[in-house]
Formats: sequence, C-alpha cells, structure tokens
Amino acid sequence: MPSDVIEVRELVKTFGRVWALDGLDLQVRAGEVHGFLGPNGSGKSTTIRVLLGLLRADSGTVRLLGGDPWRQAADLHRRLAYVPGDVSLWPTLTGGECIDLLGRLRGGLDAARRDELVERFALDPTKKGRSYSKGNRQKVALVAALAADVELLLLDEPTSGLDPLMEAEFRDCVYAYREGGGSALLSSHVLGEVEQMCDRVSIINEGRLVESGSLAEMRHLSRTAVTAQLRGPATGLDDLAGVHGLRSAGGEVSFEVSFEVDPEAVEPALRLLLEAGVTGLVSQPPTLEQLFMRHYGERR
Amino acid sequence: MSNELVAGTLTLWARSLRGDRWLVLGWGVALAVLYWAQAWSVDRLYPGEGELARMAAAMERNQAMIALAGPARSLDTIGGQVTWQASAFGAVLLGLVVMVVVTRHTRAEEESGRDDLVRSGVVGRFAPPAAAVLTALVVSVFSGALVTLSLVVYPLDVADSVALGVGLVLCGLCFTGTSLVAAQLVSSTRGARGIAGAVIAAAYALRAVGDVSVPALSWLSPIGWYQAMQPFSGLRWWPALLLLAAVVVNLALAGALLVRRDIGAGLVASRPGPARAGPALSGTVGLAWRLQRGGVVGWSVGLFLTGLAYGALGTEVEDLVGDSDLGLEMMTQGVPDLVDGFFATMLLMLALLTAGFATSSTLRPRSEEESGLAELVLSAPLGRGRWLLSWTLVTVLATLLVLVVAGLGIGAGYAFVTADPVQAVSFVLPQLQHAPAVLLLAAVARLVHALAPRLAALAWAPLVVAVVVMFFGDLLDLPRWVRWLSPFDHLPLVPAEDPSLAASAAVLGVALAVGAAGQLAFRRRDIG
Repeated sequence: MPSDVIEVRELVKTFGRVWALDGLDLQVRAGEVHGFLGPNGSGKSTTIRVLLGLLRADSGTVRLLGGDPWRQAADLHRRLAYVPGDVSLWPTLTGGECIDLLGRLRGGLDAARRDELVERFALDPTKKGRSYSKGNRQKVALVAALAADVELLLLDEPTSGLDPLMEAEFRDCVYAYREGGGSALLSSHVLGEVEQMCDRVSIINEGRLVESGSLAEMRHLSRTAVTAQLRGPATGLDDLAGVHGLRSAGGEVSFEVSFEVDPEAVEPALRLLLEAGVTGLVSQPPTLEQLFMRHYGERR
Repeated sequence: MSNELVAGTLTLWARSLRGDRWLVLGWGVALAVLYWAQAWSVDRLYPGEGELARMAAAMERNQAMIALAGPARSLDTIGGQVTWQASAFGAVLLGLVVMVVVTRHTRAEEESGRDDLVRSGVVGRFAPPAAAVLTALVVSVFSGALVTLSLVVYPLDVADSVALGVGLVLCGLCFTGTSLVAAQLVSSTRGARGIAGAVIAAAYALRAVGDVSVPALSWLSPIGWYQAMQPFSGLRWWPALLLLAAVVVNLALAGALLVRRDIGAGLVASRPGPARAGPALSGTVGLAWRLQRGGVVGWSVGLFLTGLAYGALGTEVEDLVGDSDLGLEMMTQGVPDLVDGFFATMLLMLALLTAGFATSSTLRPRSEEESGLAELVLSAPLGRGRWLLSWTLVTVLATLLVLVVAGLGIGAGYAFVTADPVQAVSFVLPQLQHAPAVLLLAAVARLVHALAPRLAALAWAPLVVAVVVMFFGDLLDLPRWVRWLSPFDHLPLVPAEDPSLAASAAVLGVALAVGAAGQLAFRRRDIG
C-alpha cells in the first residue's frame, strides 16, 4: 500500500473563466483522518469531484489509492465510499431502498452492519426520499458509505444537518473506522469537528493550499488568547509589538485586559502584566476558528 | 367568514398569479386554439355542405368516436363539430391545469415547508387555499373567456359560444374543488395529484360509457353536465346549475376537511414504503427502470388511447378526408389509396409522439446529473460509460414497448369498428417500422446531452423538425434538403408503401453511430 492515499500536485481545474482550482496541492497519508478546510467556494467540493473522477483535471497530477481517478474510476471506487455535501435522494425511493441500491452497486453490503447503522443513526428507512429532512437525507448517505467495507472515505461536509447527538455517533463511527486502518478526507467548515477528529489538516482558499500540517504544527504559528485581571493598569502593552486586539476595562480597584499575542511576544507581555499585579489569568490555545479567521481574514 | 380566517389572501393571490402568469396565458390561449381550431379545420376540410353532411352521418354512427368525444349532436354544423370535438378534451385539459395550480400552491407548499413560513406571518387559516382557488379561478375564467371570444369572432352564434365558455369555466372550478379536497387528504403533492387526476379520468370515463350505452352514467359526470348544456344544438342552461352546485359542495368539503387536520399532515397518513430494496432494484438498469416506470406506463396508456381513436376512424376515412387538397395532404400524406394513406399517416403520427417519449427518456440522466444523484451513484465502482448505457438500454426497450402498445391501440380501434379481431395485431409490425427513425432522434438527443449538457433542451429540435416536415412538408413546399433532415422521410410510408429492409437498416445504422458518438463523448466530459 502506498504511504499516501491521496496525492494531488499542482491541480488546475477551470470552469470557463472561473479558476476553481489554481495549482492545488494535497496529501493524505494512509491511516489518517485528514481535515479539508476552506470557506464556501474555495474549491473543496471541486477537489473531491476530481478525486472521484467526475471532473477531469485541466493540469497537474492526481493520484488516488495509487491510481488515476479519471481513467480507473470504477476500479478505484471499489475501495472508497463518498458522502456528498448536499445529499439529494430519489423522491420515490425509500431511504432503505437507497441504501440497499448504493450497497449493491458496490457489490453487496453487510446486512447486519447496515441494520446496526440504521439503528445507530435513528433512521426510519421506510420513508420516501422526498419526505426526508436534510439531516435524514444526510444519514441515508452516511449509512450507505459507512456500511461499505472500504479503505478510503471521501466525506464532503458530512455532518451538515445532523444534530449534536448524531454528530457524536458519526464521530464514533469514524474513530472506529480509523482504528480499523481506514483513511478519510473530511471537508468541513465546522472547526470543532475537524479539531476533534482529524490528525492533520489542509486549509485551502481560492483553489490553492494555504497551509497543511498537524494541528500541533499549525498552532505554533498562531497567537495565544490571554485574559487577565490586574490590580492596576498595565502600561506599555499597547506599544508592544506582537500584541493584537487589546481591550481593557478599568474600575476603582481592579482592571481587566484581554488580547491576543504572537508566540514571540508572550514573554514580554507577561512581564508587563506581572508589573501591573496579576490576580487572575486565563490563556488559551487558539481554536481552529481563530486560525481560520486569521488565514481567510487576511486574504479578503 | 371573518377577516381573521382569510387575512393575507390577496397578498398570496398576487404572488401565485405572478408565478403562474405564463401558465395562465399559455393555457388560456391553448384552450381557445383547441376550440377555435375545430371550427377552422372543419371549415377548411369540408368546404362543401354535402361533404360536412356526409362526414357527420359517418361520425354519428361511430360509437368509438362518441365514446372519445361525447354525444353526437348537430355534427353537420360547425358549432356542433366544435362542441363535439373540443368540449370533453377541453374540460379534461383545464381540469389537469387547475389540478397542477391548486396542488402547487397548497400541498406542494406544505410539503416543502414554505407554507410554515408563510403561515407564521399574519395569514388566516383559509388564506393559502383561498389564494390557490382564486388563481385557479383566473385560469378558468381567462380560458373560458378566450374560448367564447374566439368563437364569437369566428363568427359563431353568440349565446352558444358563451355557453361553451361558461361550461368550461364551471368544469375548471369543479375540478379546482376536487383538487383542493385531494390536497387535504394526503400529505404528498404526488398523491394529491394522483387522486385529483383519477377523479378527472373517472369523470371522462363515466360520460364515455354513458354516451355509448348507459345514458344515466353521463349524468354522474361534470363533463357530462357540460355537454348536456347542448351548445349549438338546442342550448339549455339548467345543467350549468349542477356544475355550480358541484363547485360549492367541493369547496365546502375541502374547507371542512382543512379545519380538521394539522398543517403539513394529510387526513390519510402517508404510507411507509419498503425498508429494504426488492431484488429488481439492484443495479443501474433496475434503477433507471424504476425511475421511469411511471412515465413508461403513462405514455403507453396515452398512446394506446390515441391509437384507439385513430384506428376507430379507419372505416370512415373516405368521408373523413373530404374532397379538399388540405384534407388529403394532412390525413394521407398524398398517398393515392385513402385507407392505406390514412393509416400510414396515423402510424407516423404515433411514431412522432413516441419520439417525444424517447427524447424525454434520453434526457432523464441529465436531471440525475443536475440533482447530484449521478454523483452519488458514480461514487460506486461502475464506470460512467456503464451508467449511461444502463439508461440508454431502458430508453431503447421502453421506446420499443411504447411503439408496440401504440400499434396495438390503433389495431384495437380498427378491429372494433371492423369487428375483425385479427386487425388488433396487424399494425404492430408496421408501427415498428418507424423504430429506427425514433431511435435516431433519441440518439441525436444523446449526442446533444453528451456534447452540450447545459443546452440539453436543444435535443428537442430534431423532433420539431420532423413534425414540421411531416405536417407541412408539401404545404410549405419545403426544399428537398430540409425534408432530408427528418429521419422519417427516409423510411417507406407503411402500410401504403412496402417496408424496406435496406432503408430501415441504414437509418438504424446511423442511429447506432450517432448514439455511440454520444456515448463516447459523454465518457470524456465532466459530470454535472
């Protein structure tokens, strides 16, 4: 088995004059759940559709499970399953029929596993496609994908429309799947989900890779969020390079400041706080939300 | 009714009318043309009084035509002909239009959840259905007014023309009420349309049986009441009161049902479907068939009945055609033997209708692409080529089936009027002679779909060309090369001409080549 299940280099895909993908790079290693982050319209779904062999790359190389997804689509699809971001179902087919059909198209499905998943996601398989809510349509596609015995899952915003309980079920399923040695590409803009589930993350914007790495690697690039209660006003913080978004509130006896600070400015900032007299201090690693805001905020 | 119950009706009505303005306009004009065209064509086809009388005498005896159209009254007058040929079909057509309008603005809104949003505003309980009924009223009145106007201008007798229009409006309102009742009963739009459609079909069928054998049955049908007004043959107004009463009863019933149910729910709970897929639904062919099953059945029934009507005219051809050149050209394609020419024309007509089915079936995978369902299916281990071939296979087999059924229909009609059962199957093979041309049109549609998916509607253009060539080729004196564009022009006019294996094989060969080109082109393009 190759060490990378997905290897994309310099991928370009245009639709008329629109450059959907503009030299995208993406690597997903075997055995990892890889987060694929980007704002709407950044090219996540286009990338996945190229990986599925539905769209033909204009240039660049795309390797999926060691093969060419455009030429060997059918063969490669034996080894993967896909959940679209916006699931539509056949209006006249029941959810159960959809799941069975999709399972049979990939050569049969494990009936016990199917039933277990249907129960787990509390899905009513006897309802017609047209009467399902968005979340329930999502569940149908999830059950069909998770019931398949495959080595790669392509998940395009798989939890949109799911309630928190179902999201937790979904996370457990993906954990178990990874334990079994499976790999997954999970596109999302729900940051908490990626933070919880993914080993590594790629962030894309406007069809290009902005950043890729483990969350630990990416955090060191980012700021620390600090909130401190002080005895007196902290002087000099607003002049210190590397301190951002300073807010302070002062009363007769106590003061509070909150700010974000670059890693190299943490130490001088703390000294200034100590000088003012600290009675309380909260510092947090940045959430992925903050990473996100920073990467895309600067580019817009 | 207090304002509380109907608050917001006018706003909703304005919104519906805005959304439906083209539909109102289009169907109003279409219905007026349906009536007016009868007058026009009878005048042109039977210019002499003797001809019309001869044709009328033949038609009055033709039980099949009476079952299809209505009681034969004053068929030797233009007004009588208009009433006979247009009233039943006009009422059915308007019924189907108001059914779509009413369900679209009531049940479909509830099903989509938009109705919840609307009702969260200052909107009375009866406002959405009232707005839908008012919209259907506009469709009906507009259609009826245009019918009356076009006939008065023609010119036909004013009072009778008004009666024909008023009766049509009342039929429209009657079926509006039926559709609204249906929309209360079940929770799916499809189900509601199924019920309303069945009621309209029953109304048509009751009067058909009534007009031919048991007169009392015609009095159970709104369409029967409409025709009982006897426009242009001793007009009487009192049957309109029956229609009016039916309108009131239907609307009252719908209102009573509405207050007894929850919004979004039906009175009849929706039936759950199977939790597991049956053995037939196990591959892309099974899926393509399952999704088109209803359409294939609908087209088959429709073309069987159309064939039946054509076949039933088989013994009256000479009287029907009259002496005018127009009649000869339109009905026999200029073939000297009238009966053979007539059947050749009707078989061609049925083949063109079948090509309509074949084209829409060919384009069905396009809507799978647009809805994103193709994407889901193609993530399974099957090539896009195989996926498309499965759809093509179903299209080809279903097209052949529809052709056979159409051939059986025309045969059954002819067998009925000639009392010769053998005739029932005698048109199947001649009808199948057109299969290569129908399949060629489907193949062209596939090529368009493959090369220019966003312009897939252009796939209908070749069919339009074929229709124009067939009906107006000689009348407009179209140049040779334009006629050459219609695949039907390359096949012999069976049964008037001998079938030609070489011609069939050639057209079929072109169809295969074009279809294969479409298949290959599809494999090379993006999905979606």
